[in-house]
Amino acid sequence: MIMDRRKSIKAIIVGTVSTGVLVEACNTEDKKAPEQAPVAEKAGPASTINRMKEEAEHEKEVIAKTFFTPDEMATITILGDIIIPKDEVSGSASDAGVPAFIEYIVKEKPEHQTPLRGGLRWLDLQCLNRYGKAFKDCSHPQQMEMVDAIAFPKKAKPEMAQGVAFFSLMRNLTATGFYTSEIGVKDVGYMGNVPNQWNGVPEDVLKQHGMAYTEKELRECYDPTKA
Amino acid sequence: MGDLQIKKQSKKYDAVIVGSGAGGGMAAYVLAHAGLKVCLLEAGPMFDPKTDSNQLKNPWESPRRGASTKYRPFGDFDGCYWGWEVDGEPYTQTGNPGTIPWEWWRARMLGGRTNHWGRISLRFGPKDFKRRSIDGLGDDWPIGYEDVKPYYDKIDKLLGVFGTNEGLENDPDGFFLPPPKPRLHELMIKKAAASVGVPVIPSRLSILTKQINSERGQCFFCAQCGRSCKVYGDFSSSSCLVIPALKTGNVDLVTNAMAREVLTDKEGLATGVSYISKDDLQEYQVSGRTVILAASACESARLLLNSKSPRHPNGLANGSNVVGKYLHDSTGADMGGVIPELFDRKRYNEDGVGGMHVYAPWWGDNKKLDFPRGYHIEFGGGFGMPLYGFSWGIEKLNGEFKVKGKVKEAGGYGASLKEDYRYFFGSHVGMAGRGEAIARIENYCEIDPAVVDKYGIPVLRFNTSHSEYEIKQAKHMKETFAEILHAMGAVQVWGHEDGPHNNWGLHAPGNIIHEAGSVRMGNDPKTAPLNKWSQAHECKNLFCMDGGPFVSQADKNITWTILALSMRASEHLVDEMKKQNL
Repeated sequence: MIMDRRKSIKAIIVGTVSTGVLVEACNTEDKKAPEQAPVAEKAGPASTINRMKEEAEHEKEVIAKTFFTPDEMATITILGDIIIPKDEVSGSASDAGVPAFIEYIVKEKPEHQTPLRGGLRWLDLQCLNRYGKAFKDCSHPQQMEMVDAIAFPKKAKPEMAQGVAFFSLMRNLTATGFYTSEIGVKDVGYMGNVPNQWNGVPEDVLKQHGMAYTEKELRECYDPTKA
Repeated sequence: MGDLQIKKQSKKYDAVIVGSGAGGGMAAYVLAHAGLKVCLLEAGPMFDPKTDSNQLKNPWESPRRGASTKYRPFGDFDGCYWGWEVDGEPYTQTGNPGTIPWEWWRARMLGGRTNHWGRISLRFGPKDFKRRSIDGLGDDWPIGYEDVKPYYDKIDKLLGVFGTNEGLENDPDGFFLPPPKPRLHELMIKKAAASVGVPVIPSRLSILTKQINSERGQCFFCAQCGRSCKVYGDFSSSSCLVIPALKTGNVDLVTNAMAREVLTDKEGLATGVSYISKDDLQEYQVSGRTVILAASACESARLLLNSKSPRHPNGLANGSNVVGKYLHDSTGADMGGVIPELFDRKRYNEDGVGGMHVYAPWWGDNKKLDFPRGYHIEFGGGFGMPLYGFSWGIEKLNGEFKVKGKVKEAGGYGASLKEDYRYFFGSHVGMAGRGEAIARIENYCEIDPAVVDKYGIPVLRFNTSHSEYEIKQAKHMKETFAEILHAMGAVQVWGHEDGPHNNWGLHAPGNIIHEAGSVRMGNDPKTAPLNKWSQAHECKNLFCMDGGPFVSQADKNITWTILALSMRASEHLVDEMKKQNL
């Protein structure tokens, strides 16, 4: 059972994140895992980003560590997919590799470590008292009942405040991980980051918002059609 | 350490320059093109935007999704190595009552912080050189706008800057490339600001909307100037000054060279610079007929104060005892909100150039205000690339505003939450005031008597505070931002909770990264280390060409003036050498 879960987490990470090194991070427990090597290679180098020497060393150290236990990762994966499920526009948080991102970012931003680890334990204890099981082992209706108690800051009961704080952090980390993934950027409709020519706000958008360029602007500003 | 020895270079250069940012890069460029032999020392590694920029990387290519680290405080893709902290290179604070710790940004790379700066390229105006004559505070410069204008003209043409000639008295016209058209939120800002009496004009950024020479490409509107530009479409000292200077064959660049002190002879003249190599940790000396410090205002002051000799017992060029003093930064305060009019807006690529397309130059009349000097306003907003922190705190938005006509419970999850992120994307707007602080003798850096960095070089200790003037300015900024946001139908989301309890959100000194004034110029050697040519009164073959020489820094970003003054001082140095005065 434990092996299976570990395998499934590995699959999530390998399948969705382009950094092969994260695979290594997850392999620390079962040291052999030779079948992973070709996958890691396919996933490409650790980073394509320019790094100064000190940065590259720092990154190696971060990657070598593992923070969350397999059980914690399983819970994070379930919560992430409740927060960002697959819909008609795009995939889910786990489709976008969000659990692996959360594992990475808490190692870099230790201020998130205790709120997340403690929040996960708080959640499991709540579930243990309510349903006799940890969150990840509860039925889907039980999980949703629990989430409903902590997902709405304004209407949550005061005694749920710690859970609300934890869930808000999970929501923020999940969303930031999702919308900075390839799937999420496409979903939210960010259309930049490509060489192009800026010739002002499109005509129909100007009209929609009741805006117009002045004569002065049209005369003075850069216009690629006249260049 | 048994075989530690000082390696002296036998070659004697015409000039040894410390620092390769705006000031040092310009000096290297001018001197190399005049045929002088130059040794350029840089404390960080080589950096060429063409090969080393993170331009056009996607957020998911960073495992931290562009989040900041101490190595890159402005985010993983940013074009600046180091920032508020440098490993092994501490700085300290006096902690005197009433002081606010100075925040010191240090770049360590070829081109320094010009690889990531905002490219805001504003000339100082005639009033900016004569502030004491106007309001009785601080000091006048020993030069005026007419002295610097020819150099502003030259760098406009040499480096390229877009903008418009508006005929404003204290925001002089220049030689401008066409500015980009305003983005949608910028049109809204312009309209709203005009309605409350704040003029908004095209910004002035050193970005090439047209090609100006065969060495540099034209801007292709990716909004990523902060990462440095692979086609050299914006100004960085690395791409536009140092690399061209190296091509003359007259410059020997030494990277990873951390300057220790300026060497002098028994007459008190500079003979060269000693440095430690970060590569091999060996000690080196390089000699030159002249020495130019351009290591940043504070690093240059540190070098002078650490260069003690029998002829200069108080530090080099410091008979006045004002080296390190009059240190000041721009003032800064910010506010942001969301524009309901822009909820659920149509998608298109609105990246534009790196930074704002419009800005508000100072418009106020100090006679009617309770603070001296002014500030300009920088604007942000729109469809930015999603990076770490994207839509953080949605629970504060989605319960406040109807989403597609529906009132929702704050927070939430699921398909409904995904709809909310799409709905609010591209609707935020931000405003940042950047103003002029008064240069005061009580604000200074000095050598900490007890602390050295990992190379054994004594470090700087800071003693800085805000005066009532800066605090009142921040209050005025906040009031103005609130007025503009209100006029455009925006709802304040952050920055509005500041007040008297926290100096109206006024940033700590140093935080705006416009350090200046610590090696100031003046006609009187008793009150200024440098003369009007940025040349030391007490050591004629020593110059300082960074933010150090500034007597005051105006409500303008200082880079364009660092460049103009460096060009002016460098041409003076060449002339003086020709006349054999140096």
